[in-house]
Amino acid sequence: MSRRGFLGSMVAGGVVATWPADAQSADAASSGAPPPVRTALTINGHRHELTLDPRVTLLDLLREHLGLTGTKKGCDHGQCGACTVLADGRRINACLSLAVAHDGEQIVTVEGLARGETLHPVQAAFLEQDAFQCGYCTPGQICSAVALLDEVRAGAVSAATADVSRLAPAALSDEEIRERMSGNLCRCGAYPNIVAAVRAAGGRRAA
Amino acid sequence: MRAFAYTRATDVGAALAAARDPDVKFLGGGTNLLDLMKMGVERPGHLVDVTRLPLAAIEQREGGLRLGATARNSDVANHPLVRQRYRVLSEALVAGASPQLRNMATMGGNLMQRTRCAYFYDPTFAECNKRVPGSGCAALQGHHRMHAILGASEACIATHPSDAAVALAALDAVVRVAGPGGERAIPIVDFHRLPGDTPQLDTNLRGDELITAIDLPALPFGRRSHYLKVRDRNSYAFALVSVAAALDLDGQGVIRQARLALGGVAHKPWRVVEAEQRLVGQRPGDGAWRAAAEAALAGARPRRDNAFKVELARRSIARALATTAALT
Repeated sequence: MSRRGFLGSMVAGGVVATWPADAQSADAASSGAPPPVRTALTINGHRHELTLDPRVTLLDLLREHLGLTGTKKGCDHGQCGACTVLADGRRINACLSLAVAHDGEQIVTVEGLARGETLHPVQAAFLEQDAFQCGYCTPGQICSAVALLDEVRAGAVSAATADVSRLAPAALSDEEIRERMSGNLCRCGAYPNIVAAVRAAGGRRAA
Repeated sequence: MRAFAYTRATDVGAALAAARDPDVKFLGGGTNLLDLMKMGVERPGHLVDVTRLPLAAIEQREGGLRLGATARNSDVANHPLVRQRYRVLSEALVAGASPQLRNMATMGGNLMQRTRCAYFYDPTFAECNKRVPGSGCAALQGHHRMHAILGASEACIATHPSDAAVALAALDAVVRVAGPGGERAIPIVDFHRLPGDTPQLDTNLRGDELITAIDLPALPFGRRSHYLKVRDRNSYAFALVSVAAALDLDGQGVIRQARLALGGVAHKPWRVVEAEQRLVGQRPGDGAWRAAAEAALAGARPRRDNAFKVELARRSIARALATTAALT
């Protein structure tokens, strides 16, 4: 059984799914049980109509409610970037975002980047450059890098940009890549290869 | 996390009506508020999402710029007029947080951030006058390497975490707020408070008021401005010390006007008018920078583990001013 299959069976058996529900109902009863909120999101091209406890973060919606476990929970406090997803094309931390606040938006997770069996160029570059060790931060790194390349093309500045008053897009130097990827931590320390992967993907897309 | 109701405000009036309930908090990007709710520091019973209000525009106004309260940090940082006319603000914004957080965080929310003092942020610590008034300040004798060296009190030595607010202080920004009695304008230097005996109050915004915009007045020399942030790691960390500087040089290269504000040193963005006055009429150079730095830190009262910040701030001021003067 794969790791994902094992985790999936735990959810189906109720091991993971029941305790948050109990905790929520106890807390909700003590404070008057605010109403659930109807919301509709498009995730990786599929529309989901949901009725949610407002406390559900976008990250927990993806992982616990929809079984999209590619997006990882690292710190759950916006400090590590493992939960990075794209909301209407912009990278965000799904852990610090209420799912209901994204009503009507297009969410793309790491599961939504490939086209069939064809990997996204950033995914392919991460494989070719060996840009990970344990892989836990990798979905967040990849989603972050996809957005990074879009941002650079759009002319966005960073703290590594020498002159923010020049409006032409910054050259994708290694220093720019490191700064622009600083919201994604890697405990294995695969940073040199992550930088190489982003550089390679950037060059490929520009060509 | 305490259960809460979630509603989305459709116009400013509806948001203000909801805010008459003291259990309501406005939700912007959520990057700080949601984190504090997870920690149990903030426990609102009702979140009113203000991000869909029509307050996200960045518009030219009376020679300056009006930044809508719900404009995202990254959109302000990347706006061509901010980059060219108020460079220090663009630099300060991209010095803060991470790209993901800047895509979420709003300008109004940036001003409303709460301190990252560990004793405030973690309710397992019993002492924090900001979180539980009257409980004491664990930072006085505890870990306070990151804490204030200017304007603190025995009740609280926390710092304000925002980078953008430091640039806004140097730019003489004005915070526009709406409340039950109509609109009012608060100069940025009067928006945040010193801790005094009431460190639980970060700002002078009332609980039933909503930030609608931040106005940047025209500043002809705003192009010659710069933000320097000094921190433990090169990116994605709060400031030990930061400096927002702007210089107006005349045709002979003499300083006509200066703007200087510090971050990471006080409970609020720390504008140093005395230091600015020292620079007027001077020629750019180490002597002028050092005099300004001495004036800026004259009132510093460091504690056991943050005395290094005093000299770090002096040197950061000198370096920021030198960089600013060299801009064309």
